[in-house]
Amino acid sequence: MAAVTTTTTGAPGIRPKRRRFSFGRAAAWTGMGLIVLITLLPFYWILRTALSTNAGLGADPTNPLPADLTTSGFERALGLQSAEEAVAQGGAGGGLDFWRYLLNSVLVSTLITGCQIFFSAMAAYAFARLRWRGRDKVFGLFLAGLMVPTIFTLLPNFVLIKQLQLVDTLLGIALPTMFMTPFAVFFLRQFFMNIPREVEEAALLDGAGKIKIFFRVILPMASTPIITLSVLTYITSWNDYFWPLMVSYSDSSRVLTVALAVFRAQTPATGVDWSGLMAATLIAALPMLGLFACFARRIVSSIGFTGIK
Amino acid sequence: MTVASSSPPSRLPLTGAEPLVPTKGAKARARGDGALAAVFIAPAMLGFLVFLCWPTIRGIWLSFTRFNLLTPAEWVGLDNYIRMVNDPIFWSSLGVTVEYVVINIGVQTVSALAIAVLLQRLTQSSLLRGIVLTPYLMSNVVAGLVWLWILDTQLGIGNEIITAIGFDRIPFLADETWAIPTIALINVWRHVGYTALLLFAGLQAIPNDMYEAAKVDGASEWRMFWRITMPLLRPVLAVVLIMTVIGSFQVFDTVAVTTAGGPANATNVLQYYIYGSAFGRFQFGYASAMSVALLVVLSAITVLQYRLTRAGQSDLG
Repeated sequence: MAAVTTTTTGAPGIRPKRRRFSFGRAAAWTGMGLIVLITLLPFYWILRTALSTNAGLGADPTNPLPADLTTSGFERALGLQSAEEAVAQGGAGGGLDFWRYLLNSVLVSTLITGCQIFFSAMAAYAFARLRWRGRDKVFGLFLAGLMVPTIFTLLPNFVLIKQLQLVDTLLGIALPTMFMTPFAVFFLRQFFMNIPREVEEAALLDGAGKIKIFFRVILPMASTPIITLSVLTYITSWNDYFWPLMVSYSDSSRVLTVALAVFRAQTPATGVDWSGLMAATLIAALPMLGLFACFARRIVSSIGFTGIK
Repeated sequence: MTVASSSPPSRLPLTGAEPLVPTKGAKARARGDGALAAVFIAPAMLGFLVFLCWPTIRGIWLSFTRFNLLTPAEWVGLDNYIRMVNDPIFWSSLGVTVEYVVINIGVQTVSALAIAVLLQRLTQSSLLRGIVLTPYLMSNVVAGLVWLWILDTQLGIGNEIITAIGFDRIPFLADETWAIPTIALINVWRHVGYTALLLFAGLQAIPNDMYEAAKVDGASEWRMFWRITMPLLRPVLAVVLIMTVIGSFQVFDTVAVTTAGGPANATNVLQYYIYGSAFGRFQFGYASAMSVALLVVLSAITVLQYRLTRAGQSDLG
């Protein structure tokens, strides 16, 4: 129920004043620095570990630089190493079809995001701009859906997906969230309602139908919230673990999060293959970091509240 | 819950002008867009009914049955609930979950508030806000694995630092008392930035003049925080709390990849126990009954919190 509005975040730096040193300010900046450190250090540690050998990690656990700089961890995670070589390096030697999992994750997240946002936008348009009987009642019903925690619907949804014989398919993973989430509908409706009617009326006068208005006026005018919502939805579905874990059993439908947990479970007798595991972790996280980097400014300034109380 | 902004004002503009649009059956549309609305709403409605409404009803129904996926569900009345009440593991799971939620929400809310206030009063830098948000981009699985490594008893850098300072190694995730707080803090690491940005957005709504005026009166930052920030942030804080508590109760991923419920059920949170009952022992009926219990707990908490914090009202006229 929270997230994303596109109110601009207040005018920065209204208080230039004199910046004389104050103890409080210094303490506050120190606190901020500490927070940044705790936030970012684990990322560096992933990289450092991924570039080390397992033997090096054991011999030199405190070295801030990679111990025995190597890319063998990445080769193992990407399945570029032969089984014998992997075992010799402290890996499990089990096949890890990384590119397949990556493709599966991309397919599932794209399918969910594309369909969910589009269908939710259509519904939001009907709720915000079309006139029909029972509109507010139906909308109230959708809102009530917000109250049901996702987790409650997982078990029955699994039973349903099984009955539909979609277990262990990508479609089975995507289906439950592909059509809508109450939040997406609610959120987009808020924005559509704020689009000035005059714009729509002008288009009507030009002879545009309501369908054309939806595609040519409403969607483009709401592009910022739609993009923000899409990126957040993409990240959420990319990171989902519980539902894919239930539905997928084999490589054919395995997504990255589940694959990572499997990789972790295949602990070789010599101990966990930390180097390979961290390399795999980094590769799994990288696409989201990239996606975020592209839209960061927009997302960061638009996380906020929609008017739900 | 109600929606803040009501439905669009019924100005019904230009209805008289509609005949100007000659083609598409103007007479049919003068009254409303029923047919078009039906088309626009159909996909979302399908998803709503099939994957949200129906599962909710079915989940409640399944909780009154014995069901193992292979044979049809068999009605057993309240058996699952009676079993649940007498199941010590259920109660310990609930206890562990509550412990997790208290630590997770407690630490997260305070830290998020601190970060939000620092971001607001110190700097408006969107780079800093971006940095704070990065852990949220990781999956719980990734966050769990990274910290599993950092906190590893033998090789983890965390324990190396602890021994360097002169303490004994702590088996963070392998020890019954440490495991739950550790998992709770791992999830704070992942979620605190997002929570902070939500609160930050709430802070932006507080007019800057209030701080200026208070400063003129000689108020300290600390006093301004308690006298201005907290009272005016309260509605936002309440909504964030309700949201995060509900999310927190559903903890699963981190437990699954770090401790798998162990040691000795010490981290067997409710959702993990439900998953094990359904997919490990194929007791879907029993698992559903526990899900219903969780649903009831969550609803009760939502109502209670909403009442306690008077979430609906804002002091900011």
